[in-house]
Amino acid sequence: MNLHSLTAHALLDLFKSGKASAKEAYEAVLGRIKTVDPRVKAYVHMAHSKPDFQGEMPIPIAIKDNLCTKQEEITCASRILKGFRSPYDAGVIERVKKSGGSILGIVNMDEFAFGSSCETSCYGPTFNPWDLQCVPGGSSGGSAASVAADEAMWALGSDTGGSIRQPASFCGIVGLKPTYGRVSRYGLIAFASSLDQIGPLTKDVRDCALLMNIIAGYDERDSTSVNEPVPDFTKALVNDVRGLKIGIPKEAFVDGLDPEVRRSVEEALDLLKKLGAVIKEVSLPHTPYAVATYYIVATAEASSNLARFDGVRYGLRAQPSRVRKNALVDMYEETRSLGFGDEAKRRIMLGTYALSSGYYDAYYLRGQKVRTLIKNDLDEVFKDCDVIMTPTSPTVAFKVGEKLSDPLSMYLSDIYTIPANLAGIPAISIPCGFSQSGLPIGLQLMGKAFDEEMLLRVSYTYEQNTEWHLKKPNL
Amino acid sequence: MPVSKNDVKYIAALARIDVPEDKLEGFTKSLAGIIQYVEQLQKLDVDQVKPTSHAVPVGNVLRPDKVKPSLTNQEALAIAVEAKDGSFKVPLVIE
Repeated sequence: MNLHSLTAHALLDLFKSGKASAKEAYEAVLGRIKTVDPRVKAYVHMAHSKPDFQGEMPIPIAIKDNLCTKQEEITCASRILKGFRSPYDAGVIERVKKSGGSILGIVNMDEFAFGSSCETSCYGPTFNPWDLQCVPGGSSGGSAASVAADEAMWALGSDTGGSIRQPASFCGIVGLKPTYGRVSRYGLIAFASSLDQIGPLTKDVRDCALLMNIIAGYDERDSTSVNEPVPDFTKALVNDVRGLKIGIPKEAFVDGLDPEVRRSVEEALDLLKKLGAVIKEVSLPHTPYAVATYYIVATAEASSNLARFDGVRYGLRAQPSRVRKNALVDMYEETRSLGFGDEAKRRIMLGTYALSSGYYDAYYLRGQKVRTLIKNDLDEVFKDCDVIMTPTSPTVAFKVGEKLSDPLSMYLSDIYTIPANLAGIPAISIPCGFSQSGLPIGLQLMGKAFDEEMLLRVSYTYEQNTEWHLKKPNL
Repeated sequence: MPVSKNDVKYIAALARIDVPEDKLEGFTKSLAGIIQYVEQLQKLDVDQVKPTSHAVPVGNVLRPDKVKPSLTNQEALAIAVEAKDGSFKVPLVIE
């Protein structure tokens, strides 16, 4: 039996019956990493501290490189944070450690989560376990690839515009972005504070519920954390969708959607209908503006958040060799120019532009207003639907390098995932098929705020009646 | 709204980023493309719409002002680029 290929819940069963130990599982996964990671390149470094295998859920876990983990080098895959050893644990890391989780290592991402392909990392790209010529998606590409390649039982990622769901879809696994405020952002290095949310990437829906039980909950150190009761998410794993209403937005099935992706999502819809769900065509008229809105709001927030990386206190500090403006400004500019990659610079400049005097009303304020319209569209549909279903991404995983020189086409990869971040609602991606070329396809379900349980229920029902989640890449 | 090389230089200076001459053309082109794309938002009538800065309504969050354990001086300074006498040593700000 290959312990590394199991789900976390299957492992927990083995621990309980004494058929395997947490130490054996951890070592099995380390062995797997040694075998396949030279090709997948999911990890940027292995954890310095070894786990003690105590606690209720000693499951081997991979951590995205933007979640502060004590004594580990956490860099957001950026040169500007090289050498930054976090002096503290993020709220979610505390919770994982308390549950007994064995932290394997830190996994790759797009620099500061700016990307949908994991290619903008200062460590170089991660590769898709299903086809090493392809990207794993992003920005949580290392998280998704590590789980898909059995290099971790499960992983934590973060999602600002689709950064958990799109790589989950590209890698054939489950990824959930919880409701904004459901999971503490304390210790998550901020990209866009009103959109960021930490969530699980797992091998199946049961694991997703289990990891949510570990990470969800109020934290006074995050002022946007919401003090709502946290359910036992495993109670939502009910194989029954009879009478549930699934909204299908007509705007989602338009030009630009890959025919294979469309077919798979439509087949999934047919299955859910057979299982008793009620399918309803709905309209989200402002969602075609979501990507444009996002690239105003998210970059504006990012330009402000990333102002803290200035070489003064921690991280990289450049030593300018000659005076151009004045010593301090030269140091700022050289540090940031050396430290940030091109995509980070592009987004910081775009956000600065949207916030700059004379353009604020035309861009940032207008973006915030269109955000209201998109949120209103979703609120309206949820008056009469339990979930909304769309593809997760318009295509399957693309080739490494294919979209790197065309930022706009990369941005459009998140066209279906962005509205959930703008509205703060939960959304999940689950596997729903494969392309002819053997690449995974994912479908997305969006739910009402704080109703992750409904997403888990519909996902679980679909998963119990299909076998996509059982397929493994040939590595 | 067309974006010129001078606009990019201006934004870069605001953002404290030094864009070298050989990268100016590339950044101007890609930023112009993105800004042209977001121009579609101008088509919508938003005069009566309130802006959303947070999806979940949030207000000021206060906590009791009590002393709690925190990082030690040594732990905090372990990440410093430069430290001296128990403090972060920063570059000269006023000449």
